[in-house]
Amino acid sequence: MKNPENLLYAESHEWLKVEGSEGIVGITDFAQDSLGDITFIELPQVGESFSKGQEMGTVESVKAASDIYMPCDCEVIAVNEEALNNPEIVNKDPFGNGWLIRVAIKGSTDGLLNVQDYAGKCVH
Amino acid sequence: MRTLFDKSAKGRTAVVPAMPEKQAGDMLPQNLLRAKPAHLPELSELDVIRHFTENSHKNFSVDGNFYPLGSCTMKYNAKVLEHIAALPGFTQIHPLIAQLKNGEQYTQGALQAVYEAEQLLCEINGMKAFTMQPMSGANGEFTGVMLIAAYHKDKGNKKTKIIVPDSAHGTNPASAMMAGYEVVNIPSVDGMVDPDVLEKNLTDDVAALMMTCPNTLGLFERNLPKIVEKLRKIDALLYYDGANLNAIMGKMRVGDVGFDVVHLNLHKTMGTPHGGGGPGSGAVGVSERLVPYLPVGRVEKTAEGTYRLNFDYPKSIGYIAPFLGNFSVYVKALAYISRLGKEGIPRAAEYAVLNANYLRKKMESFLTVPFDRICMHEFVSTPPEGMKALDLAKALLEYGIHAPTIYFPLIVHECLMFEPTETENKDTLDNLVTLMQEFVEKGKQDPSFLQQMPLTTPLRRLDETLAARSMVLKQEEE
Repeated sequence: MKNPENLLYAESHEWLKVEGSEGIVGITDFAQDSLGDITFIELPQVGESFSKGQEMGTVESVKAASDIYMPCDCEVIAVNEEALNNPEIVNKDPFGNGWLIRVAIKGSTDGLLNVQDYAGKCVH
Repeated sequence: MRTLFDKSAKGRTAVVPAMPEKQAGDMLPQNLLRAKPAHLPELSELDVIRHFTENSHKNFSVDGNFYPLGSCTMKYNAKVLEHIAALPGFTQIHPLIAQLKNGEQYTQGALQAVYEAEQLLCEINGMKAFTMQPMSGANGEFTGVMLIAAYHKDKGNKKTKIIVPDSAHGTNPASAMMAGYEVVNIPSVDGMVDPDVLEKNLTDDVAALMMTCPNTLGLFERNLPKIVEKLRKIDALLYYDGANLNAIMGKMRVGDVGFDVVHLNLHKTMGTPHGGGGPGSGAVGVSERLVPYLPVGRVEKTAEGTYRLNFDYPKSIGYIAPFLGNFSVYVKALAYISRLGKEGIPRAAEYAVLNANYLRKKMESFLTVPFDRICMHEFVSTPPEGMKALDLAKALLEYGIHAPTIYFPLIVHECLMFEPTETENKDTLDNLVTLMQEFVEKGKQDPSFLQQMPLTTPLRRLDETLAARSMVLKQEEE
């Protein structure tokens, strides 16, 4: 699966889609593929605030449990209930239906990677 | 696999008890009685015996098979240790007796065993004192972190963080969180804690560093003295996860290096079979400055040479376990240490390390060994590109060898982690190497060879994903 060009990426394998002052956050295809079949996802509550790099959730697979880090300073405004109930959609469609949270962006998105630079981070 | 409920037949019984004169309903109020009879399986005694005997034959254990499960130290434990722990003087005393007024005189032997186990562990690890109370490795870690918290609180230090490297055991961050600390994870460099990376994260509010050594990559941390020095400067303590003691016992004393707390998984290293969920023993050793905070009661030797319990530790963190922890487990540790002695303890560690390095060298021709240097008691490896660690692990099961640890530690891709332990001979190790080489070669030619494994185990491939996503924890009544 190709990494979409219109997204920003964190080295810890989260993506951010900026839509005006809001953003959508998910984990990348590389992340879901490394984890294997996802069995459980834990996400923050709507209204919670986070700073960039802070742990905001957990994704658990048959292999491992991994933390999800917030790619920018923000407040959570929506959570993808479908991903919580059917975590396999994150495996199937990490950049689409498998999005995790929608946020109000509170700071800069500097330091996140573009698609070319992120490609270099997708090595085991 | 059929459960007792599947095998149940209506009206089948083992014994027919005489009907009591009074029924429950004659003696209890109506609202306390069951609406319908309890759902219990109905079987004959022979059905039950066969059921459990059949299940016991499906057990996989070190007594039957090689068990190179990395990070777990699944060594063979000599049966004499069980015999010693089962002596009536140890098993037929009530744990409360020692705490009763004058009760100590009836339990001198048991108290002496606790005392001597503590003393020997102090000597082996270079610590000032040990508590035998913690009942598992995680319980020991929690005790250790609580001791660190008690120390800083007593000194009035404002400390909120604990640093845990990514090559540490997964329980370390959990223990730090449980005690109320914020966990700072630091990445390892070339498989080890890097003093410069550590330095960047060392702020005055750091309470401690938790290190696993040898770490989960099976590597000995080379920079311990530098690391100790850095933490001393900010009055932060050093926690040593001694779960991998098997690699270093009798060779290095963590107290001499400057560590303040160490927990040992006695059930791994010293004489108790494990893997079934307990009982364990996570004895904790401390440096002099943490002694005042140890759990009570402490076993002490009096001037007359008798043993007593002392509860007079006003700064103690309190009770960690009922009575004095899992007594019979550390009696086995005491027996183990006594049996091996000063020569045998380091020899066990040497053989454990030798066996791991033998496997590592033999396997590096067909597996990738990411850290190409002398390992300790275990090593990590990666199969050729495209081959799954899971498939190789499943193939080993078919040939009667327990799988290595797979997909841990997370920092190694498709990780296969082997820990042969000191109790396996060369033939056993060679057999593992031959099989692994064969699997890799066959898997390259025909991936389906590995993907269909295992063929003849009681259950073949379990659907781990389905099991995790929709757990069925209760057998429903039909």
